[in-house]
Amino acid sequence: MEFANQTAIVTGVARGFGRAIVRRLARGGARVVAGDINMPGAEETVALVKKDGGEATAFRLDVASAESVRAMVDLALSKYDNRVDILVNNAGIWKLTPTEDTSEDEWDRIVNVNLKGPFLTCRAVVPIMKRQGRGHIVNIASIAARNGGTMAGIHYVASKGGVLALTKKLGKDLGKYGIVVNGINPGTGQTEMTADWPRATMEGIIKNTPLGRLVEPEDIADAVAFLASDAARFISGETVEVNGGLMCD
Amino acid sequence: MEFTGQTAIVTGVARGFGRAIVRRLARGGARVVGGDINLPGAEETVALVKKDGGEATAARLDVTSAESVRAAVDLALSTYDNRVDILVNNAGIQILESIEEISEEHWDRVIGVNMKGHFLTCRAVIPIMKKQGRGHIVNIASVGARNGGTFAGVHYIASKGGVLAMTKKLGKELGQYGIVVNGVNPGPSLTDMMADWPRSVVDGVVKNTPLGRMAEPEDIADAVAFLASDAARFISGETIEVNGGLVCD
Repeated sequence: MEFANQTAIVTGVARGFGRAIVRRLARGGARVVAGDINMPGAEETVALVKKDGGEATAFRLDVASAESVRAMVDLALSKYDNRVDILVNNAGIWKLTPTEDTSEDEWDRIVNVNLKGPFLTCRAVVPIMKRQGRGHIVNIASIAARNGGTMAGIHYVASKGGVLALTKKLGKDLGKYGIVVNGINPGTGQTEMTADWPRATMEGIIKNTPLGRLVEPEDIADAVAFLASDAARFISGETVEVNGGLMCD
Repeated sequence: MEFTGQTAIVTGVARGFGRAIVRRLARGGARVVGGDINLPGAEETVALVKKDGGEATAARLDVTSAESVRAAVDLALSTYDNRVDILVNNAGIQILESIEEISEEHWDRVIGVNMKGHFLTCRAVIPIMKKQGRGHIVNIASVGARNGGTFAGVHYIASKGGVLAMTKKLGKELGQYGIVVNGVNPGPSLTDMMADWPRSVVDGVVKNTPLGRMAEPEDIADAVAFLASDAARFISGETIEVNGGLVCD
């Protein structure tokens, strides 16, 4: 299997994209540490992996806390062979708040989870990947990073633009150590994140999407698996659009 | 296997990327028609496939001739189960000359092979893919389409920019029929195409590439295989950079 004997860390695994990513990597043979601030949700994901015959461990993760991130990485090392081959930064939150109503607290919270979180996890795993001379990092950004988004608030859109640039920067810095860093920009999905979007907005997106539907978590998970695999060994700094053709700039 | 029961057409298969793409698709179970104007080269590629235990047929193909393209598609239909699941447009030529040296004849020739060739093959397979309700098209462009290139002539660069835009256009137009259209932008590679690049240019490219080497044909083939597979079912209009981090815009 493509990920046999590899250790993966995935953040934001309680539902949606993150859950599908954990299951996909585990199906490929990876042993996954699955972090989420919602521990029961993470445990549910791990239970699904075990039902699939895979191996994973849940971790209560606050991705905006360096200490919590450190503890998650330590768990991965102690539990799964003292290595981290794959890091998938998927944890993200959002609000639909109009800009003039956006408080500094709300701004800080969203930017800390969506942008500082990937910084903290990368900072923690890069020394390990350097030692291994090999590593694959995949950052989940958003189509909003390219087009400004449909409904999301300015904090969300800015944080995702930051992730897109962070992927390029780390791709440049870390190539010499055999570490590749790439991203996925998912289109809009029917996830809990978009559960309160107006019906008309969702229908408009589907209408404008050449493939005629919203993104499914498995679409994202399959693209992540490609970028996390050896098949992507010469791709770095790149973010792949998975949006059914909605946006291709 | 990922491509079992599928028929693929690949152009420009006598060497380099095209040869690696044919071998990779055939290893995945595809039956491949490999076209090239250099028939002995195409036959050598097919012999390698057969040695790998795969199935392929060589065709003498001039991608600038609608008739020749038509014949290659007919061969695919008659040899392999009356279907075309995958089309990989890889045929390309380049001539190293500065703009004031470029004759109209050279301009027409490079644009004809690199860009019109893609148009002619797509035009020929689209009705078949529509009938199937499914198809994957992968266009090989170039990092030069994004950054203007290192050494190639303006005809080559313009043709690759055209391919990049064509991929987006066809992604939009064909999604409704279940056809996804994507591309790969390879970074500079030590293929025959670049055999006459000055040593200092090659060294400079390697030095500026975070992963510290040039693209290998297998790097490109693995990315093509991903885009040709069901794992890429919700990606369309997208071109993936496979350049070791050299350019990531």
